[in-house]
Amino acid sequence: MIAFLRGAFFLLIVRPVLTVILGANVRQRELLPTKGPAIIVANHNSHLDTLTIMAMYRLRDLPRLRPVAAMDYFLRTKLTAWFATNIIGIVALARAGHEKGHHPMEPCLKALDRGDILILFPEGSRGEPETLSRFKRGVAHLVKARPQTPVYPLFMHGFGKALPKDSFVLVPFNCDVIAGEAIFWNDSTDAFMELLQVRMTELAAKIHVVPWD
Amino acid sequence: MKEVAAFFSTPVNFAIGAIYGVLILASVITWTLRRLSPGEATNELSQRVVSWWWMITVFTIAILTTRVVSTIFLAFVSFLALKEYFSLIPTRRVDRGVLLWAYLAIPVQFYFAHIGQFGLFMVFIPVWMFLFLPARITLGGHTEGFLRAVGTLSWGLMITVFALSHTALLLSFGVTHGHGAGPLLFLVALTQFNDVAQFTWGKLFGRHKIIPKVSPKKTWEGFLGGLVTTACVAAAVGPYLTPMPALWSAGAGAIIAIAGYLGDVTISACKRDLGVKDASNLIPGHGGILDRVDSLIYSAPVFFHFLNYFFGAWPAPPL
Repeated sequence: MIAFLRGAFFLLIVRPVLTVILGANVRQRELLPTKGPAIIVANHNSHLDTLTIMAMYRLRDLPRLRPVAAMDYFLRTKLTAWFATNIIGIVALARAGHEKGHHPMEPCLKALDRGDILILFPEGSRGEPETLSRFKRGVAHLVKARPQTPVYPLFMHGFGKALPKDSFVLVPFNCDVIAGEAIFWNDSTDAFMELLQVRMTELAAKIHVVPWD
Repeated sequence: MKEVAAFFSTPVNFAIGAIYGVLILASVITWTLRRLSPGEATNELSQRVVSWWWMITVFTIAILTTRVVSTIFLAFVSFLALKEYFSLIPTRRVDRGVLLWAYLAIPVQFYFAHIGQFGLFMVFIPVWMFLFLPARITLGGHTEGFLRAVGTLSWGLMITVFALSHTALLLSFGVTHGHGAGPLLFLVALTQFNDVAQFTWGKLFGRHKIIPKVSPKKTWEGFLGGLVTTACVAAAVGPYLTPMPALWSAGAGAIIAIAGYLGDVTISACKRDLGVKDASNLIPGHGGILDRVDSLIYSAPVFFHFLNYFFGAWPAPPL
């Protein structure tokens, strides 16, 4: 039943909206991981980001895709909690200091060990939409714990103009998605974050970015 | 066999059959060229021809079904063009709501075209939206960049919605004047044909550039060659698809060629100012929707008013 609802949601709502109203132009789609364990790291502009990444996969791959999201934001009400857990299938992440005794990254590691594809937005939810802000280092700690996991950078543009995080009104804009080659753990947190940021900036440079005036 | 003959007995269906004939010929030629000299240039050429198959097929389905489907299709093309434009120009975040209003003008404008409301069609965007949108922007309360926001928005709405919606009005005109989708097909096919003809003549004989700063590839040889070819084809098909006799059709073909050229270079100037080569990557080998309809943006209103002024019944027959 849940699988059916989730399939219907993506097939009947997400995909038509993304193709007709936004028309996301996806480049180098073939670089994205086909199977887990793997991590997709994307910049965060909009709630559409997660949906877009998931909609690039076949319906039967949906259960393998696990967006990592802040527990306190998505589990606020019963309805959003149900939606986030069942339809989207998030890995709920307690922000630092929320739960004592538990390693905050444990659910992510479990998902990776199960062979899932994690979707991470290391900019967090606070960054200004459509401006690439400094990535948080959590992703590096995660990769350090599972150094064989490939990390796929993914740059997205336009979604923050179409539906910024603080808005509920969808305004059509052309959107761009560009996938990059996988990177791996490289000995230190700083070096890994540096590499990730460099790759992300390279991807961004390949897209004609039109920021807000 | 009888059914096939009956299908091609109407001018519109026959013309579409002929277009597919040209398309097959073009495919054979590009395939041969690709065999003779494989490379980037011929690759792009054959990609373009493949895209032509898609575009012509979608357009054919849109105009051969019902007029409602045709109008919705034309409105959708207009939507894609406006969206592409908004995605290219600098916009202010505070104007998101205003952009939504601009999008909402599309269904209204195409509805006026569909019901043949000539008066409302002609004033809705140039008067009502023109006055309303700046007022709405003012209510947003940000005066910094106001003039730029109003200017870019109004111009974009005029070219991508008002100008392009003349295609739908032409469809209403065709229906009320007993030619169905004929005039629309005449306009669209000749505008696109003229693009290809100008390109081909320019490639073969182009020497003297017209405005090298805007469009370095556009030459007088290409422009004039395209104009003469388009006028000749127009003279041959006009009497079947439109109320115009052969000589008038040739004149209409020449007007379409000139307007199409101006539309093409005007959108080129716009893209150049924005620092992009193509408006998007929607159509492989062609670029974006704006790159494909740029000539139509000028040829549609100009041809419609030419046809309506000289051959429109007055008062206009009811739909």
